[in-house]
Amino acid sequence: MPIEMEHIQKSYGKQVVLADFSMEVKDGETVCLMGTSGIGKTTLLRILAGLTKPDGGKIQGVQGKKITMVFQEDRLIDWVDAIANVELVLGKNARRDFLRAELEAVGLHDCEGKPVAQLSGGMKRRVAIVRAVCAGGEILLLDEPFTGLDEQTRKQAADYLKTRTQGRTVIMVTHDVQDAVRLGARVVWVGEERKEE
Amino acid sequence: MGKKYTVYRQKFAAVLVLLALWQLLSMWVDKSIFLPSVPATFRALLSLARTREFYLSISISFARIAAGFALAVTAGVLLAVLAELNTWLGEILQLFMQLIKSVPVASFVILVLLWVRSAQLSTVISFLMVLPVIFTNVRGGIWQADAKLLEMAEVFQIGIWKKIRAIYLPAIRPAFVTACSVGLGFCWKSGIAAEVIGLPPNSIGGELYKAKLYLMTPELFAWTIVIVVVSVVFEKLVMWGIRKIIGTSRETENDSGK
Repeated sequence: MPIEMEHIQKSYGKQVVLADFSMEVKDGETVCLMGTSGIGKTTLLRILAGLTKPDGGKIQGVQGKKITMVFQEDRLIDWVDAIANVELVLGKNARRDFLRAELEAVGLHDCEGKPVAQLSGGMKRRVAIVRAVCAGGEILLLDEPFTGLDEQTRKQAADYLKTRTQGRTVIMVTHDVQDAVRLGARVVWVGEERKEE
Repeated sequence: MGKKYTVYRQKFAAVLVLLALWQLLSMWVDKSIFLPSVPATFRALLSLARTREFYLSISISFARIAAGFALAVTAGVLLAVLAELNTWLGEILQLFMQLIKSVPVASFVILVLLWVRSAQLSTVISFLMVLPVIFTNVRGGIWQADAKLLEMAEVFQIGIWKKIRAIYLPAIRPAFVTACSVGLGFCWKSGIAAEVIGLPPNSIGGELYKAKLYLMTPELFAWTIVIVVVSVVFEKLVMWGIRKIIGTSRETENDSGK
């Protein structure tokens, strides 16, 4: 069942963030939400994740589906290592060698046993990506997942996402159209009357 | 190592200065009944230490007060969790703890004496004095849990036990350690005060009262020294145990996970 958002409205106090937003995302499709800062892209992801209630409108196709997310901030447990962070969202059967390989796939070598607080911003970002990917689920929400990554690691992380999310619905917020190109995503402009590309 | 040695040396020097001041003051007062000299106090202490009752009183008082402390820690943590699970219950418990904090120890002692035997008094009183400290601090620790991490846990549908271990426990830990440290001081002071009023047999408080009644001031001072020493040793032991079990900071969790 596709995700359908119809006439979504959201205000914070007197500030209208989403006036009348509609979008449809097919199963297994990758969509990039783009638009200027503060236009409501993150709010849309939060609404899809069930963290924020819209003031109006209808959402279909998310109920009963497992959703995972890369937040705008890393939201990692700072005092444990990268593997423990990924293990936290997985069942007891998570194998350490599998998790180690997943982290290495995004260029994170030798970070076992090191608290993530000691990792660089870019490394933390990649841990957050691996965590969301490994957690599985039908819908993956990405809020500016490549922030703080240099060109090389950005490409590495994008390749990782592209190969690991086949068949999953991915909705990504980004400011860089190149990210959409890398993931082969359809671009949806938020807050502006621009056609979908 | 050198720094630690310097600290110990400074502490030792401070104790010597205090003893010297005490001795000078007692020489100036020149009345053992009001302020005994340092040698007279230590002679009284040595004389007490040769009796079986001395060790019996310390052991029994220690057991009673430690039981009160352990019960308060257990109940305080459980009630703080329950208060967070139910807002209505939380309000009632908060009010109850406020009430306990406001009532003077002496009023509690007299009231509790009507309900329990004097032998159980110090346990009940130290329990009542420590309970609000643990409750308030643990509840505050729960409030300190990172809201963003809790949102992350909600999205990833992390189970309650994992959430407690990874998000709540590290938030509660510093407040819990502080509460235990403060509570340990409280439980000894209030427990001994309760014994002085309740006069249970074989207790430090009872011995203190006897010393005061018969104007044996050196014994009174000797028992006070015993209380201070036992209290400090108890606090050090319990805090060491707590730090061993739950650590003191978030970093220790990672160390143990290695």
